[in-house]
Amino acid sequence: MTTLLKEHVKLMSAFSACGEIIGRKKLQKMIYIAKKISFPFQEKFQFHFYGPYSEELTLRVEELCNMGFVHEEKEKKGGYYQYRYTVTKEGMDFLKLYEEEIPKLKECVLHMNEQSARFLELVSTVLYFDHLSEEEVKEKIFTLKKKQNYTEEEIEKAYQYIEKLKGIAKPH
Amino acid sequence: MRSEMDYSKKKLDEEKVFKDPVHRYIHVRDQMIWDLIGTKEFQRLRRVRQLGTTFLTFHGGEHSRFSHSLGVYEIVRRIVDDVFDGRPEWNKEERLLSLCAALLHDVGHGPFSHSFEKVFDLDHEQFTREIILGDTEIHQVLSRGGSDFPEKVAEVIAKTYHNKLVISLISSQIDADRMDYLQRDAYFTGVSYGHFDMERILRVMRPREDQVVFKYSGMHAVEDYIMSRYQMYWQIYFHPVTRSAEVVLTKILHRAKELYRNGYSFKQDPVHFYSLFQGNITLEDYLKLDESIILYYFQIWQEEEDPILKDLANRFVNRNLFKYIEFDPAKEYKKYSELESLFRKAGINPDYYLVLDSSSDLPYDFYRPGEEEERLPIHLLMRNGELRELSRESDIVDAISGKRRTDHKLYYPADFLKDDRSKPSIKRKIREILDI
Repeated sequence: MTTLLKEHVKLMSAFSACGEIIGRKKLQKMIYIAKKISFPFQEKFQFHFYGPYSEELTLRVEELCNMGFVHEEKEKKGGYYQYRYTVTKEGMDFLKLYEEEIPKLKECVLHMNEQSARFLELVSTVLYFDHLSEEEVKEKIFTLKKKQNYTEEEIEKAYQYIEKLKGIAKPH
Repeated sequence: MRSEMDYSKKKLDEEKVFKDPVHRYIHVRDQMIWDLIGTKEFQRLRRVRQLGTTFLTFHGGEHSRFSHSLGVYEIVRRIVDDVFDGRPEWNKEERLLSLCAALLHDVGHGPFSHSFEKVFDLDHEQFTREIILGDTEIHQVLSRGGSDFPEKVAEVIAKTYHNKLVISLISSQIDADRMDYLQRDAYFTGVSYGHFDMERILRVMRPREDQVVFKYSGMHAVEDYIMSRYQMYWQIYFHPVTRSAEVVLTKILHRAKELYRNGYSFKQDPVHFYSLFQGNITLEDYLKLDESIILYYFQIWQEEEDPILKDLANRFVNRNLFKYIEFDPAKEYKKYSELESLFRKAGINPDYYLVLDSSSDLPYDFYRPGEEEERLPIHLLMRNGELRELSRESDIVDAISGKRRTDHKLYYPADFLKDDRSKPSIKRKIREILDI
């Protein structure tokens, strides 16, 4: 049997493992990081104002919401809106039928979901420039993300975090 | 150093112009721009259609990425020379960089990019970078402007350049790229949507630290642009027949790849595809690909022994595409499983002939107001100097930007299913389920 909506199913697997994901930015960064550390997500990402962003992912999440498989809750927070995502009962039923186990994905996304969006934004940016040396990456972050005021210490932590995640993702 | 400076500032003895149906004339004064247009990597864009398979739906849509790239260059040239020049927020030193990035922003696109990228896991943006930084004629020309100049051009296109205002000229919610393709695609496909008052938009553009903003007085012209984006998406870019052609094209590539992997012996060696099939394509191989080469293979694959490759190639070349029905995967997934099994029983391989296509398979960015999103929304410059997000001021934009529209279609070969010479009862059952 062909997996219907194969790419959507992978996303639902990640969301269901987390229970709830708060924030679009966080969701984008989690999937990007997971993809970079070799989980099989197919969405294409480009660098945008605040780091890697995928229009394809945004559309897939919209499709999941429109199909009733994912619930999106919009709440006003200060001057902007924040979005919460959970897999619905219908989504879970669909997942039961079509989910294919992706080893270690759940552990990784759960771990990421405990981090702040700000930190995941930094981690994803470090990964985006992983072809550069650590010094060059720092320079990029200080120039491109001036307004976020990331410190050297935070960048160090981002590097350590990537290693930790790779450790979790590695098949034992 | 001196010669680099000289080359960057070098002007042609007299202005060259290209006649263009959208912008009337494309003006070139800079030696570097003229030299870049003459490179073989840029000339290759003449052989890659801007709209991929759309010509099978709108026969006029045969224009190339070459003409679009010139158009984007011309719009940026008008912005920096006629609108930004002399304004304190604009650094004149970024002029040539902006023009080069505009001209080269699509240089990494290959033939039928979308399907090729999907099937062979390619990334045209990576090829753009390699063309700009690798051993190419384009790199040679850019390097004459300074050893770090090619890297700067690549950074602007990859959106990682430090000056975001420069990036926003070719990549933002209202940029030269979109302004050109909307008008060009409308012109060549012959539709009446897609037109907007670009001259007015250019006149109300104002440079700011991180982005271009628009004077409030030009809001209606911006509204018109957003409407044209919206209509072009549904009428042209996401046209179901074009999607059908994409589906068939994608399946041809999948089939050829699978046959190659299984050791199938092609009547004529598909040498241009080897590195794609093997997943080790080099820049040199990539630059040899264009639509003429691909269509040549499709032509000869019509004579292949493999019935699936032969049939799919025939469908594409002779425009015998798949038909479709609207499909709601959430409510009808059981129906899909049943269809899949009936297709097999009827001797029609569902991996190639039963295809669910979703709107996310062809991502096209609708205007979204932003908020927590990654991309900056369009900002209007109010009379008191304040910036306001467009959809907060415009009821029209608010009405269409908040609206979600996603869509799924199920594609199938109607002619196979109507051919009752074999397995008539199974095919009848399939037709009943599909309601055709």
